[in-house]
Amino acid sequence: MREKAIHEINKGQNIGDVSFKLITFLFALTVPLLLLSIIFVLVKQSWLSIYTFGFNFVVNTTWDPLMDNYGALPFIYGTLVSSFLALLIAVPLGLGCAIYLSEVSQSKFKEYLAVMVELLAAIPSVIYGLWGIFVLGPWLAGSVQPFLKMTLGFLPIFQGSPSGLSLMSGGVILAIMILPTITAISREVIQAVPHNLRESAMALGATKWETVKLAVFGPAMSGIIGAIILGLGRALGETMAVTMIIGNRPQISASLFAPSYTLASVIANEFAEAVSDMNLSVLIELALILLLITLFVNGLARIFIWKTIGKNKIR
Amino acid sequence: MENNWKKQNPIRKTKERIFLIFIFFCAIMAIIPLISVMGYVFLQGVSAINFDFFTKLPTPVGEQGGGMGNAIIGTIILTGIAAFVGLPIGVFGGIWLAQFGDGKRGFFIRYSADVLSSIPTIVIGIFAYVLIVLMMKRFSAIAGGFALGIIMIPTVIRTTEEMIKMVPRTLYEAGLALGIPEWKVTMRIVFRTAWSGIFTGIMLSIARIGGETAPLIFTAFNSPYWSFKVDQPMASMTVTIYNYAISPFSDWHAKAWAGSLVLISIILAVTLIVRKFSKRVRYG
Amino acid sequence: MLKKMLLVLLSLVFVSGAAMAVDLSGAGATFPYPIYSKWISDYSKATGNKINYQPIGSGGGIRQFTSGIVDFGGSDAPMTNDEISKAGGDILHIPTVMGAVSVVYNLPGIKGLKLDANSLAGIFLGNIKMWNDDAIAKLNPSANLPNKAITVAHRSDGSGTTDIFTNYLAKVSTGWASKVGAGKAVNWPVGVGGKGNSGVAGVVKVNEGAIGYVELSYAMENNLSVISLKNRAGYYVIPSLDSTSASADGALSKIPSDFRADLTNAPGKNSYPIVGMTWLLVHKNQKDTAKGKTLVDFLKWSLTDGQKYAADLYYAPLPKSLQSKVLKTINTITY
Repeated sequence: MREKAIHEINKGQNIGDVSFKLITFLFALTVPLLLLSIIFVLVKQSWLSIYTFGFNFVVNTTWDPLMDNYGALPFIYGTLVSSFLALLIAVPLGLGCAIYLSEVSQSKFKEYLAVMVELLAAIPSVIYGLWGIFVLGPWLAGSVQPFLKMTLGFLPIFQGSPSGLSLMSGGVILAIMILPTITAISREVIQAVPHNLRESAMALGATKWETVKLAVFGPAMSGIIGAIILGLGRALGETMAVTMIIGNRPQISASLFAPSYTLASVIANEFAEAVSDMNLSVLIELALILLLITLFVNGLARIFIWKTIGKNKIR
Repeated sequence: MENNWKKQNPIRKTKERIFLIFIFFCAIMAIIPLISVMGYVFLQGVSAINFDFFTKLPTPVGEQGGGMGNAIIGTIILTGIAAFVGLPIGVFGGIWLAQFGDGKRGFFIRYSADVLSSIPTIVIGIFAYVLIVLMMKRFSAIAGGFALGIIMIPTVIRTTEEMIKMVPRTLYEAGLALGIPEWKVTMRIVFRTAWSGIFTGIMLSIARIGGETAPLIFTAFNSPYWSFKVDQPMASMTVTIYNYAISPFSDWHAKAWAGSLVLISIILAVTLIVRKFSKRVRYG
Repeated sequence: MLKKMLLVLLSLVFVSGAAMAVDLSGAGATFPYPIYSKWISDYSKATGNKINYQPIGSGGGIRQFTSGIVDFGGSDAPMTNDEISKAGGDILHIPTVMGAVSVVYNLPGIKGLKLDANSLAGIFLGNIKMWNDDAIAKLNPSANLPNKAITVAHRSDGSGTTDIFTNYLAKVSTGWASKVGAGKAVNWPVGVGGKGNSGVAGVVKVNEGAIGYVELSYAMENNLSVISLKNRAGYYVIPSLDSTSASADGALSKIPSDFRADLTNAPGKNSYPIVGMTWLLVHKNQKDTAKGKTLVDFLKWSLTDGQKYAADLYYAPLPKSLQSKVLKTINTITY
């Protein structure tokens, strides 16, 4: 039996409650309205491309603005792999950091530390890009990639010559950029879990890890998932920093050391100088494809959560 | 009691050890890029910061002096417009989702917010361009602020919803038991309790839009002059930084780094100050 | 607290009295941005007229200019006939300055590397993969070329620089012309894409064995090694302001009356083969009299007083004979 929501128990009849419900609903409604308007504008502007290329666009791998021959597949690959890599790195790190800041750390300075991590979100993307070119890229190419090649080089993802401009660089920089979102929101949610649950666990002799596992993760899971989805959203749509470090080569390669290209990057790169109406239309269609990917990935995430955690916790 | 279980259950002890090591590792891994990036920005930019930077207009390459005074004000104004657009929708929308959003409508709205958060910011800029710039037939701060506001919404609405849902029902019920109308319970008791977390979400989104460039290029445009009119192009720190950073000249590069340092510092200052004044309330 | 902040912001918003009115707005090419900002600043000091030009890219500039959202555009590549008719038909291309596209490389210890048209095209086509390839060694007998792979760096964003570079390659290499072609954005056979001139410069700077093409200013300011390129007359020339001007002189006779010219591969023994002009795009019939007057005045100033600032910023001023032709065209603008 699902627990009854507050408003079902206390059916507010007075004018205050009714208007409050209405006003907040109207605000909430603007969100899907905005989304639908954006989709409408995108479809309108990309119609030329959709009409001309049809479904082939999604599986074609050529990108030739001069000959007006376009294909989206390399970008879809680049976007999915870089975002997945970013989540792989940022979710454990972000959660770990959040737990550190809320459960483990005794230091007085943790409040300031938390703010500093949030500050990572304020750094302009172009600065991340520049730092990536001059600091992160060379470090990855000089230390990390050769190490991976030496130890795990039998895996196709770690083959090829090390390069600072690579899919790996794109994934890592995205991880750093979404870390603040995941950390900050997870931390807030974890800290908001009522202490009585924790205290009960500790009274029963649970270790810190067991307390977190039993008492904190359950109630906080919904918020943590929310934080991860927001992080994923940022990763899928990030343009500036990624395009400066990913190599911008529309190709599909198994290796993480190879240059790649994402949907958001090519849109940012070519939009300002789009050579023809078709070029422009194609770029907008790529934006539409990114939107569809997002819809799909979010849908998958929701089904996964629904099945594993239960209908009550996530609505 | 402590010694007993440790001797009896080495597995649990090991798990605990691994857990703590992992957590420390995570914290360090999060700090390293932070120090690296901040340190890099600081080293590159600190030399170009002086009083002029905050008060003067930009100068062309090679000329001494000059600053980003107009861009600093412009960014503040643009952020203000964005907050005006994004905060009401985010906060009130989040309240609706938390209180009334369990049904199909809530699902759809939540889903839309998540999808909205992954749209590349340049596409949102294009949307604002089509909607506002083409209508007004000119670039304006309104268009720029509008685009930034849309970018803020998903973070604020998600955070607000989650933080309000974390407030224990007991608080609600206590308020209702006292005869307070439901909406007042929501705003005065529940919202207040959740405020710290909601505020984090708001600051996170403001920090995010503070660093956005792409959505402003085709909306607020940018300007080398003092600009306060919201229906005209407006200078912004991010676009100015971008223009300087992609140029070949080192004195412009230094200004770009200095600008980034100032931008981050302003956001840091605002966050710390407002945090100091809003105490964290225990949930119980 | 938040409410107070909002109130302060709102009141700021309505204080518009102190704002300066901008007389003209323009948008477009990033390449001439440094000198345009210099001109705008000095012109403003001299006359009090305020102009706002933003480097959003040539394509963006053309589009905003066509929609009437800005008063003039800036472009590194001339508008096509299609684009001109969409913008109303009465478009004038006003050349302002010229620049050289230098080919830069990163091979520590090797200075003054020479390449000719075939080897350059071969590298960018991906046919020549190693630095110690015979084709390169033949032209540089005394250089100790390493056995290293060549990393090609090109532009990922559409750009006038790419347009100039690929136009040159298409002229001198049939392989390039048939396989790739010329334009602001092409399907590059090999290489990584850097965003903007600064992106390509960054790639070359940080990666040993890299080769790329950037505007001269980026090569000079980043201390990158430049290639001596064999020109049409058979001489090896490095990109510089002198060799750029020489190129312009050489190509002078070929420049049409509407100034939409391609200056690559010009004749003359001192000519550097990869150079181009940048233009300001304006309407011949200015609808607004005040704006038209200011625009004409500014254009004239740029083509006379403004030219002296070019050299310091690595642009070549227009040849004198071309200057006078352009000034005559500016005089035909009505307002």
